[in-house]
Amino acid sequence: MAAIVIEQVGMRFGGTVALDGVSLTVADGELVALLGPSGCGKTTLLRIIAGLQTETSGRVLIGGRDMTGVPPRRRGLAMVFQNYAVFPHMKVRDNVAFGLRMTGADAGRIARQVARATALLHIEPLLDRYPAQLSGGQRQRVAVARALAVEPAVMLMDEPLSNLDALLRLEMRADLKTVLQEAGTTTLYVTHDQTEAMGLADRIAVMAQGRIEQVASPSDIYRWPATRFVAGFLGSPPMNFLALPVTEGAVALGSLRLSAPAGAARVVLGMRPEDLAPATERDGFAFKAQVTEPLGSHTLLTGQVALTGQAALTGQAAGGLLRVMVPPDLRPAPGSVLFLRPHMDRLSWFDPASGAALESPA
Amino acid sequence: MTLRHMTLRRGVFLAGVATLCAWVLVPIYLIMLGAIGGEATVNAWPKPFWPVTWSLAALRQFMNIAGVWMSVLYSVEAASLCMLIAIALGAPAGYALARYRFRGATGFRLFVLLTRAFPVAILALPLAVSFIRLGLYDSPIGVGLMHSVLAMPFAVLISASLFQAIPRELEEAAWIFGCSGPGAFFRVVLPLALPGITATAIFAFVISWNEVFAASVLTVRHRTLTAYLLTVLSESPLHTQFAGGFILIVPSVLFILLVRRQLFSMWGIASR
Repeated sequence: MAAIVIEQVGMRFGGTVALDGVSLTVADGELVALLGPSGCGKTTLLRIIAGLQTETSGRVLIGGRDMTGVPPRRRGLAMVFQNYAVFPHMKVRDNVAFGLRMTGADAGRIARQVARATALLHIEPLLDRYPAQLSGGQRQRVAVARALAVEPAVMLMDEPLSNLDALLRLEMRADLKTVLQEAGTTTLYVTHDQTEAMGLADRIAVMAQGRIEQVASPSDIYRWPATRFVAGFLGSPPMNFLALPVTEGAVALGSLRLSAPAGAARVVLGMRPEDLAPATERDGFAFKAQVTEPLGSHTLLTGQVALTGQAALTGQAAGGLLRVMVPPDLRPAPGSVLFLRPHMDRLSWFDPASGAALESPA
Repeated sequence: MTLRHMTLRRGVFLAGVATLCAWVLVPIYLIMLGAIGGEATVNAWPKPFWPVTWSLAALRQFMNIAGVWMSVLYSVEAASLCMLIAIALGAPAGYALARYRFRGATGFRLFVLLTRAFPVAILALPLAVSFIRLGLYDSPIGVGLMHSVLAMPFAVLISASLFQAIPRELEEAAWIFGCSGPGAFFRVVLPLALPGITATAIFAFVISWNEVFAASVLTVRHRTLTAYLLTVLSESPLHTQFAGGFILIVPSVLFILLVRRQLFSMWGIASR
C-alpha cells in the first residue's frame, strides 16, 4: 500500500503541451478516477506514473519514493491496459502468475495467489485456456487477475472497460468495485465515461487540455462543479446552460426572478435536467418542447426556453437547447408549451468568459 | 447474397487455387518425370502422365558424379551462414524499425531495399578481387557472406512487419510485471515472433540454396551445388539434368513442409 503524489508534472511533445504542470495526490487505499475527454492527457499521466513515458518536468512519488529514473518493474505497481495486453502465448494460469514469477516468488505463494485472484474474478474454469479461446470480457478479467495477483502497492487502470459491450461493462464495473474494495489497493483509474468514474471512484479528477479542472468526491463534483467544463462533462444528459443578463442583482427567467451572484453583469446559469420540475405559469418559466422521448423511468424533453412578455420583446434569455427529465406519465406533444421550475438549491452559476463557478447567492 | 452468387464466388476462388497449385506443381512434376522416367520419358512426345520406364538410375547416376556430395556440403555451409547472418543482423534491425522512431527510418528502409538494386553482375568483378585479397575467395564462407547480403532486405523487412504486428502493450505489460527490456523481449516478444522468424530464416536459407550467379563467380573448385551443376550438367544428357534439378528442389520443398505448421500458426496469431 502506498500513496501516489504527483508534483507539477509536465509533458511536452515537440511544440504541443500534453500535460501542463499537473499535481494530484492519491491517498493510500484510495480509488481516484482520472476523467476527461480523449486527448486531455489522462492516459499520458498514467503512463508517466507507470514509467512507460518520461515526464519533461515535475516528479512522481509512490509511497514517498521519488520515481524519477526508476524503471517500471521497480515501481511496485500493476497495470490493466485498455486492450487487455494478455500474453497470447501463455495459458491463463501463466498469465496470472507472470508477475509473481518475475519477482521470484516460491511455487506455493504463486499457486495461492493465482487461486485467489482467479477466484475473485470468477475465471477458475479458464485456467488452462489460451487467451485466443476467451471472449473480450474474459480476457479483461484475466488482465485484472494478473494485476491483482502481484498484490501491488499501486494499481493503474487505463480505460479497462471501454472495449466491452454495455451490459458486460455494467457487470464488470460492479465486480471491479467489489474486488478493488476488498484488495484496498491505491488505484488510479483512467476513463472517459463519467458514469464509470462516478460509480467506482472515491474521488474524481476531471482533466481538460492537460490540466486538472477539479478534484472532489463524486457527489461533490456533481453538485458543485468548479468550472462550466466540469459541469457539462459530468451528468447524462449534460447540464443545461443559459447565458443571462443580470439586472438589479437578479436574472429573469419567465416570471421567475433568481438572485444572481454579486458583481456580475452577465452570468451563465446551469441547471441539471433532473432538477427541473413541472410548474405553473405563476411559479415557473415557459418551455417549448420539441422532442419527447419516453424512456420508461422518465420522459426526456428537448426544447427551448419560450420567450414571453417583456423578455420576448427585448430578446433576453437567449438560450440553446434545454434538456429536461420529467415524470414518465408526462408526455407533452411536440411543439407544446409547458412551465418548469428549477430546484432552487441546485442552481449553478458560472462566469461567461472564464467558465469558473461563481459563489451562489446565499 | 443469392445462392448463385455464392457458387459463382466459390467457383472463382477454387479456380484461383487450382491455377496457383498448377503454377507451382506442374513444373515440379515435369522435372520429377524427367528425373525418374529416364531417357525414354524425356524424349517422348506427347509427355506420358506416368514415366515410360520407372527407374532411379538417373538419380543414382547423378549422385555418383564426382564432387556432387562435396558441393551439397558447401551449399549447406553457405546457406547456413547466410541464414545465421540474415537473422542475427536482420531481426534486430527489423525490431528497431518496428519499435523506435529515429531520424532516417524511412531512408533506412529504402536503403535496405536498395542493396537489391545493384546487379550482382556489376559487383562480381570488384567483389571477386576483394574476396581474393581477404582470402575469402573460393570458399563457402565467402559465398555465404554474399548471399546474406541478398537475403538481408527480406530478413529486415519481414521481421519488421512481424514485430510491428505484436502489440506494444504486450511489451509494456511485461516491463510493468517485472521484466527488464531484454527480459521482456525474450519472454514475450521473441516467443510470439519465433514462428515468423523461423520462416524468415528458412527463406534466407532457400535464397542461398537457389542462388547460382554469385556462387559461380566467387568459387572455382569449392563450388556450391547450383554452381557445380551449372558447369557439370551442361555436358550431361537431358535426363541427368532433370535428376540434378529434382535433387535441387527437394530440400526447399521439404523445408517448407517442415515449417508449414509454424507458418500457419504465425498467420493464426496475426489474424487474432
